[in-house]
Amino acid sequence: MGQVSTAAPELATVEARRPPGPWRTAGADLLHNRSALAAAVVLFLVVLATLCAPLYAHHVAHTDPFQSHVSGSTVADGKTVPVLTPSSTGLGLGVTPIGPTWDPAHYFLGADNQGRDVMARLLYGGRTSLFIGFTAALLTCALGTVVGVVAGYAGGVVDAVISRVLDVIWAFPVYLLAICLSVVLLTDGLHLGPLTVEAGSLWLPVAIIAAIYVPYIARPLRGQVLVLRNKEYIQAAIGSGAPTVRILRREVLPNVLPTAIVFVPLMTALAMLTESALSFLSVGVQPPDASWGTIIEDGLGLLYTRPAVTIAPGLLIALTTAALNVLGDGVRDALDPGARLRGGV
Amino acid sequence: MPDQPLLDVRDLRVSFRTRRGSVTVVDGLSFSVSPGEILGVVGESGSGKSVSMLAVLRLLTSPNATVEGAVRFRGRDLLALPDKEMRAVRGREIAMVFQDPMTALTPVYTVGWQIAEQIRAHEKVSRKAAHARAVSLLSDVGIPDAASRANAYPHEFSGGMRQRAVIAMALSCGPALLIADEPTTALDVTVQAQILDLMRELNAQGSAVVLITHDMGVISQIADRVLVMYGGRAAEEGPRRAVFHGPRHPYTWGLLDSVPRVGGPRLRRLPTIAGMPVAPGSLPEGCAFAPRCRLRHERCEERPVLSIGSTGADVGAGADAHRDACWLPDDDRASLRLTSRSAATDVPDLEREATP
Amino acid sequence: MLRFIVKRFASALLVMFAISVLVFLIFFATPGVDPAARIAGRNADPATLAQVRHSFGLDRPMPIRYLLMMRHLLIDRDLESFVNRGSRVIPQIVQATPVTLSLVIGAALIWMAAGIIMGTAAAALRGKAADPLIMLVGVVGVSLPAYWLGEVVNLITQKQLHSSVFSWVPPPGYVDLSHDPGQWALHLLFPWLTLALLYAGIYARLLRGEVVTALNEDYVRTARAKGLSERRILIRHALRCSLIPIVSLFGLDFGALVGGAALLTEVVFGLPGIGKLTFDALQNLDLPVIMGTVLYAAFFVVLANALVDILYARLDPRARHA
Repeated sequence: MGQVSTAAPELATVEARRPPGPWRTAGADLLHNRSALAAAVVLFLVVLATLCAPLYAHHVAHTDPFQSHVSGSTVADGKTVPVLTPSSTGLGLGVTPIGPTWDPAHYFLGADNQGRDVMARLLYGGRTSLFIGFTAALLTCALGTVVGVVAGYAGGVVDAVISRVLDVIWAFPVYLLAICLSVVLLTDGLHLGPLTVEAGSLWLPVAIIAAIYVPYIARPLRGQVLVLRNKEYIQAAIGSGAPTVRILRREVLPNVLPTAIVFVPLMTALAMLTESALSFLSVGVQPPDASWGTIIEDGLGLLYTRPAVTIAPGLLIALTTAALNVLGDGVRDALDPGARLRGGV
Repeated sequence: MPDQPLLDVRDLRVSFRTRRGSVTVVDGLSFSVSPGEILGVVGESGSGKSVSMLAVLRLLTSPNATVEGAVRFRGRDLLALPDKEMRAVRGREIAMVFQDPMTALTPVYTVGWQIAEQIRAHEKVSRKAAHARAVSLLSDVGIPDAASRANAYPHEFSGGMRQRAVIAMALSCGPALLIADEPTTALDVTVQAQILDLMRELNAQGSAVVLITHDMGVISQIADRVLVMYGGRAAEEGPRRAVFHGPRHPYTWGLLDSVPRVGGPRLRRLPTIAGMPVAPGSLPEGCAFAPRCRLRHERCEERPVLSIGSTGADVGAGADAHRDACWLPDDDRASLRLTSRSAATDVPDLEREATP
Repeated sequence: MLRFIVKRFASALLVMFAISVLVFLIFFATPGVDPAARIAGRNADPATLAQVRHSFGLDRPMPIRYLLMMRHLLIDRDLESFVNRGSRVIPQIVQATPVTLSLVIGAALIWMAAGIIMGTAAAALRGKAADPLIMLVGVVGVSLPAYWLGEVVNLITQKQLHSSVFSWVPPPGYVDLSHDPGQWALHLLFPWLTLALLYAGIYARLLRGEVVTALNEDYVRTARAKGLSERRILIRHALRCSLIPIVSLFGLDFGALVGGAALLTEVVFGLPGIGKLTFDALQNLDLPVIMGTVLYAAFFVVLANALVDILYARLDPRARHA
């Protein structure tokens, strides 16, 4: 027999490497996605810049962006010039604010028609826009998940009622709905039992945006839960008498969570665009607060004379939402490639 | 040359680029198919059976896949063929049937349309003539009322019927070679037998068949020759009778022993092959099966070649040669097999002596 | 078949009823909101408020108020605007409809063509340099605020380059198709492109995902094994199957846009369409007009959905017997 040993040799230990968990794999995928990383960096820079708003206003531009400077003057090209000059054309009522000086200390991007520093307003406006976009997205994703999971898991009458309501809102133009709500709530604010949102509060657009997009989250998640509910392991859990809350928490939620998370950045982009549109129509963010949308609206009257006031905030919205969309695509590819958010794709 | 093979695959190597480096899935596989024969390819999941056949037809479209080696079909190297000529080979000269009939057909077209589409891709015939041929093909594969069923959509067919339709499609241009990738795995046992009959009939009409399966029972029913694959390599190859009655590779022993047989000894537990199939990417330098082999010895560090006997020589390599890739001495494989089997069943069993 | 149509019709009526009630409730039953105060102005005295309440029927119970408004709107068809007394709601809507239809149909043709070409091309070229480039256009499309893009287009065509490249662009506004088809198209060209860019982005991104998924399906492998050309596989198999989810979304979007969702584009380009009408009415809290346009919107949403169901059944044989 020579070298052959008939005694059963110890089996080579098959490498029992536990595969990395889904979250870790997704993280690794995301870290290898160069466009998603670039988008994250862009977002980080935008957020950082808006966080530095007071720093810029007080220490660089030395101006209060929420105070009009109708009769102020500033320095451009070494000369002292008025911030606002009465326009020579038209009825003589209009004013032409100073244009971009490209000097960070003196009206870098020029002034708006009240003599306020556009750059400083952009930074402050960005805070508002990002705040509304992100909180509304988180709120609507949380709300949508709860509604979708409840409808999908409960089934029966509960599901029928919720689904019908979702269908109606889903089919109706979201912007119209948002404007309807805004117009009504803007005068008196929202009073829902103990919950009161003042008319001028930033939470009002947050609440409105979060509410109208709930079907965008709830409908796909309900579909997922319907499929999950028929899976053997959920049926087994139900059959073994596990409490519903535990099944939802241990079996259902972990399975729909990736989709809900994928929706957050895409929803943030959608919410930011909606906020800016509402503000543009002057039914969103109310003065004295500023957002990128309100700044665009402020710049409309100056569109042909001082286009920078309109163009700059629009570019910032586009840059931020594009970064959110690319990041969202990356998160989607890593976590749940099949997830589709209506409008946000 | 009288027995020039129809398909001759030499040193096929398929690797995928992954984040953790290149992973070789098929590692130097060689085999050939003679005109009109049925070659059964067996192996566990992940042994590279399907991937190697997809590579032969150049159906591995992933940009991360690399295919090397030579695939000669009727004298042409398929791997070097221009895309357009390759398309003319696919479907017309070599047809392929896949495992899951549920998803193999495009859901939005009628079954008859999809068969006619293939005919019209290769032959200049009218829409009407192609449809008529599709109907007669469907009826050939045993679909009742074929004329009306041809206008039905895939979701209106049962699994077995769909697999018949897929086979009808594969046969539509009278291919010289049919590659069937686990065509019966997703089907009921009774339907399985019907599909195998269909394969046999088709073979009787002159087509060669490569049948991929992990089911030794299926192979024993229909194959002329058997190729056993493990870890992306050939472990054993030979005529069916030779492989089934005198298997030479310890892996083949394991495969055969793990099939329960009617009238065989009653075992308290079925012998299994210990350990897990080797993962692509962690193939050992030497014999791929060595980590799971009870008869492993020093020589197994070295990679065995597929040859007649353990001499390493490939003497008189005819089409019906029985080759294996194992370093065990030739003479006492039978007794070694018994030894290794008794180790595999773990618990001594009184009735084991009754092994035929 | 008849049962299907009846069922379909009943559910459409139900949805329209639900939407009208929803909007009615938003305006009349939102806690803490007094519509009379809006109509009478910010600093109205109690007597004026009471008079407004009575003359607008706001002192009647809610369901009665709803029914009265619906009767005037749909049966007597004499519902008048709160703000411009004497101007009836229905004729206003009838007048605005062709404007919106012109805008939306033209834009839809452009965006569907662009979206399908971009999405399919990107999916077919995935892994190559062209894919991210095409998709970048898609991302830009979905990331630009539509109204802002409209303003920038106005700025460029009306001011910056008006004297050179875009001297042929007419000032914002609308010319009726029956009046002068050439001017009609010329006035709508940039509104079409602006509106289409957004949706082309959405559809290209969506379609790319669907086609990439389809290209990994088993049936595509079968199609390849049949010896079909890559082009045929892409268009007749992968794209054909990917169009199914696209069509249902298209129905929703088209219905919503015709129903007034294009209001930002209409406002920016000075098009007197439904969106503009709705928006003006909302600004003035002109409830009769709002109810009218909202019901009109609901009608189109429902109509588009019904059309989609029919188209869906044509596209997906699996849906036919469901």
